[in-house]
Formats: sequence, C-alpha cells, structure tokens
Amino acid sequence: MFAWLEKHFNGPQTLGESRFFWASFLAGCLFLLCLPLFADEYEVGNYTYFLLHAFLALGLSLIWGQGNILSFGQMVFFGIGGYSYGVFSVNLLKITQNTFFSLAMAILFASCCAGLLGYFLFYGGVSGVYVTIITMVSTMILETFMAQTAGPQWTVGLMPLGGYNGMTNIPPLQLNLGGEFPYEFRDARLYYLVAALAIAAYLGLRKLANSRYGNALVAVGSNPLRSEMLGYDIRMIQFAAFTIAGALAAASGGLYAAWGNYINPSVMGLTTAAMPVVWVAFGGRRCLLGCVVSALSLQYFSQCLSADGSQYALVIQGGVLMLMIMFIPEGVTPPLGRLLGRLASGIFRSGAGRRLPIERLENNGA
Amino acid sequence: MSTIFSVLYIYLDSLAFLLLSALGLIIILGMMGVTNMAHGEFMMLGAYTVSLSCNAGLPLAPAVLLATATTGLLGMATERLIIRRFYGNLLQSLVATWGLSLVLSQGMLILMGPSLPGVPMPLGGFGVADKSYASYRLLLPAIGVGVLLLLWVVLFRTRAGMKIRATMQNPEIAQAMGVNVKAVYLLTFGAGSALAGFAGALYAPTTVIGPLFGNSFLAPAFVTVVVSGGADIILGAAMSSGALGAVEGSFNYLFGSVTGRMCLLVATMFLLRCFPAGLSDVLNRRRR
Repeated sequence: MFAWLEKHFNGPQTLGESRFFWASFLAGCLFLLCLPLFADEYEVGNYTYFLLHAFLALGLSLIWGQGNILSFGQMVFFGIGGYSYGVFSVNLLKITQNTFFSLAMAILFASCCAGLLGYFLFYGGVSGVYVTIITMVSTMILETFMAQTAGPQWTVGLMPLGGYNGMTNIPPLQLNLGGEFPYEFRDARLYYLVAALAIAAYLGLRKLANSRYGNALVAVGSNPLRSEMLGYDIRMIQFAAFTIAGALAAASGGLYAAWGNYINPSVMGLTTAAMPVVWVAFGGRRCLLGCVVSALSLQYFSQCLSADGSQYALVIQGGVLMLMIMFIPEGVTPPLGRLLGRLASGIFRSGAGRRLPIERLENNGA
Repeated sequence: MSTIFSVLYIYLDSLAFLLLSALGLIIILGMMGVTNMAHGEFMMLGAYTVSLSCNAGLPLAPAVLLATATTGLLGMATERLIIRRFYGNLLQSLVATWGLSLVLSQGMLILMGPSLPGVPMPLGGFGVADKSYASYRLLLPAIGVGVLLLLWVVLFRTRAGMKIRATMQNPEIAQAMGVNVKAVYLLTFGAGSALAGFAGALYAPTTVIGPLFGNSFLAPAFVTVVVSGGADIILGAAMSSGALGAVEGSFNYLFGSVTGRMCLLVATMFLLRCFPAGLSDVLNRRRR
C-alpha cells in the first residue's frame, strides 16, 4: 500500500511524501469513512457540505500554489456549475433517468466557460495581478447578471433562473434503476460519494502536479519569462491550469446544488468569492492536502462561530487571514507538517534518510 | 435639448463616480503598487465620519475635511502596521488587505449596527424641461477633475512630489540621494487613504451609509485604475474614467443602471485584453 502510494504519488512538486505522511493520510481517509457512523443525519449533511467545497480549494491550490496565478474566479465557475446542473438536471431527468449525466454536462459547460475566460486572459498576455482583478470583475458581472434574472422570461427549458431569490427545486443526484423510486444520493450516500470523489481528486492532482506538465506549471509560476525562453508555451500551460481549476470548482458547484437543491447569486458575491482564497492562504498554497484540511476546518470553525449567534465569524476570519499572510506566508500546514514529521521520524525510521520536502522545494525553485 | 442635457448629466455622474472612487487608489495602486482591497472600507470610514459629525451639527464642508484627515491618519497607521511588509508583492498585499477590509466592515457592523443616519444632500436642485436634477451631482465631477489637477500640480510641480516620484521609481537611489524613503511611503499611503476618505465623504449624502458602503465603490475604483495603467497616472485616470464613464453612462441611459454596470465591467475586460498595460501606456508609446 505504502509502496504503491509512494511510487505513484510522490514527486518533486508535492509536499508530504514520508511514510508518516501517507500513514496520516490513510488514517484521515479512515476517519472520513467512519464519520457517518458516529454522527446523526443533520451532521452528516453538514460534513457533506464541507467536503464538497474541497474541490474548490484543490483547484485554487493548483492554479495559485503551483502556477502562482491568484484567481478570484473559482466562485464564478462554482456558480456556473451549480446553475447549469440545475438547468440540465431538470430538463434532462426525464430523458436520461439520472442526474449524473447532468452533473457531467454542468462540469463540461463550466470548463468551457473557464477555458473561454482562460483563453481570453492568457492568450491575451494578461498576467499577474491583472488576472486576479479580471477574475474578480467576472464574479461581480455574473452575480449582477444572475440577480436580475427574475421573471418568466428567464427560464431555460423547464427551469426558471430565479433572479435574486435563486434557483429552487434542483433535483438531488439520482439514478433510476427501473424501480418505482429512483435511487437518490442523500445523506450518507451523498457523503460517501463526495468523500470518494474528493480523495480521487486529491490523488489525481498530486499525480498531475508531479507530471511533466506539473513541473512546467511550477516553472512558469516562478519565472514566466525564463520558461518561455526555454521553449515552453506558457500561455497553454496557464490556460490548462485555469481550466482544470474551473472544472474542479464546477464540480463543487454542481454537488452543492444537488446537495441543497438550491443555489442563489450571492455564492458569487465578493465575500464568498474570497473564501477559497482564505482557505488556501491559510492551509498553505503549495500543499494540496493542507488546502483541503484548512477548507474543512475553517468552514467548521466559521459555522461553529455563526451557530453560536456570534457576529464575529467574518471579523475573526479576516483577522486570521491578515495575520497569516503577515507572519506565516507559506501557510499553516507546511511548518506543522515538518514539525510532526520530525517528531514522528523516531517512530517511522523510513522517513529519516529522506530530505525534507521543503529542501527539495528550495533546490528545485529559484 | 432636454435629452442632450439628461444624457450629459448621466455621463458626468458616471464619470464623477469612477474618478472620485479611484482617486486614492490612483496613488496606492497606480504609484505604490499596493493592491489595496480595503480601499472601499476607507471610503466607508470617510462616510461614517461625515454622518457622525454632520448629525452632531457640523456643516458638510468641514465634515468632509474632517473625514479626509481621519482616514489619512488611519491610512498611515495601516501603512506602519501592515502595508510596510508587502511592498513589491502585489498578491500578498491583496490577501492581507482583503482580510483588513473584512475586519473593518464587519467590525463596523458590530460597533455601529447596520446603518447610520443619512446626510441631506446640499445645494438643492434645478429643472431643465420638466425634469429635475440635483446640483450636487454636477458639483461632484467638477471636484473630481479639480482634485486630479491638484494632484498633478503636487506630484509634478513641487519638491515633495519629486521626492515621491523618485522614491516610487527607485527607492534605493532615492534613499542614497537623501530622501527619507520610509517617511515618503508612510505619507504617500496616508495621502491615498485620505483621498479615499474624501471621496467616501463626498458620496455620503447620496446613498445609504452602512458597513458595506465601500463595496459598490471597490470594483469601479479598481477598474478605473487598472484600465488607466501605471505609465501616466493622472492622464490615465482622466482617460479611463472618461472612456468607461461614457460606456456606463450610455448603457445606463439606454437600458438601466444594472446593464450599465455590467457593460462597464465587460468593457474593462475587453480594454485590459487589448491594452494589458493600460490606456496611458498606449499614449506614452504614441508620444515616443
């Protein structure tokens, strides 16, 4: 097991490759597996909600952490994914008898949108902070647009877009196996589905990050001009990363719409658009798993705060973000991981002879 | 005649909105290279100062000056505590100031509640062919252009302005020539924040004053500065607010304000796609 994981998913661009890391990873997966056994229905729904945002964080970690392009547009594609899942599933449910096809179509559609915006940006030579600002502007355009789609003239097939109040009655993920009732993915079923997809997405991104493409992406991120001079098509590389990140965000959006049967334009507002940025900055943008863990724990944390009726949730999140960037710009998890790794290296001897991940990073970068 | 006037009125209104909301950001983003996401919150603080002092009995003009001074001081404190660490690092400053903006707006919500008492609009109105217009709305573009000219005079015709430009161009050499670089950064950021507070104070009589006051100004401000580009900030700001104001104003006149705002944002994306370095860069290349 360890040998297989280490063989396939270790590499120069990902943090965490000791046996201890993989043991903790497997323990984490086991924890996710067992969680519904100890939680009631409401809590399972809640954990599903947290988990389905993992894709957003993973996508941003790819494009910001590896590619050094900060995109505020993750929520644009989240919104497009969610809305188009709603439209596709209502219109196609009778024909396809399931909504997985609609989810796939929604992700495809949002990826096309991401590709279009990415083509516009990267083939147009827009770079750095301008990408950030254009993506921010695009979330605001979409939010403004969706908020004014009230009324019957804004109906796609059978689905009204709903304007400011949002789109309601979105069908859950379901398969119709020929029986009287469709096999619906709710509660624990949806939870396991989302958890499995999240783990698969994580491992897939690790594989991608360590591939030739992943190396090139990091090279472009650290020095675009040098990479271009060495013969890399930097536009293509950035465009691809942006599109993949958009597809992941759309997966989150589609699952979100299927989970809550509802989506509204405020998911694309400025405050929500910055949430993935907070998670990724907090978790450490170079560390894929750290971003997921920080997305889960920050959502849990902010929900605890707001469930108490406290108004301080956003103030604390803003403050945490500010202090993080000021004092620990690489994020929480890489230093934490190093510390735990050092403590554990006495137990797991195999990790002792390896270089620490950060040293490899320093040798590769700069 | 009346149609021409009402189109002109809408155009001047959008131009003033873009230009005034961008005033502080022209300095902070355009010259200093700090992506200040808390720009809208500085404007909000300016509006809050005006609301509080006007409702305590101060007339509008001194209240605006008070707001300018207050936000200027707050800006200097922010520079000293936070911004100083991030010069030359656009992305980090963006994330940090976004955190700051959350803290400021949500903190204000907790401290002062969801809204503050409004300020009556001064100067009254006038009528042109059965339609009435607010005089104050025509004063705003004049103030915007006036402050922009003043900024040009300060930056290009005074010794202090020369020190600022030298520092922004090359801090090491400026320091070697005896400029106190840290003080210049501190005061320049303070001046940018003061202008943001000034603009927020001017817009206080026109809209609802609440903790999210700044949100509606943030995007237009960024859009104006980014489209203007860094090559010539004064002329660039005039050009971009003129051009974008024309887009927003005309679509606003034809299809309503939501469409106007959306067309403004779409036009920005296209302008940035065609001129990534901004309009002022195009002008500069033409000149050479």
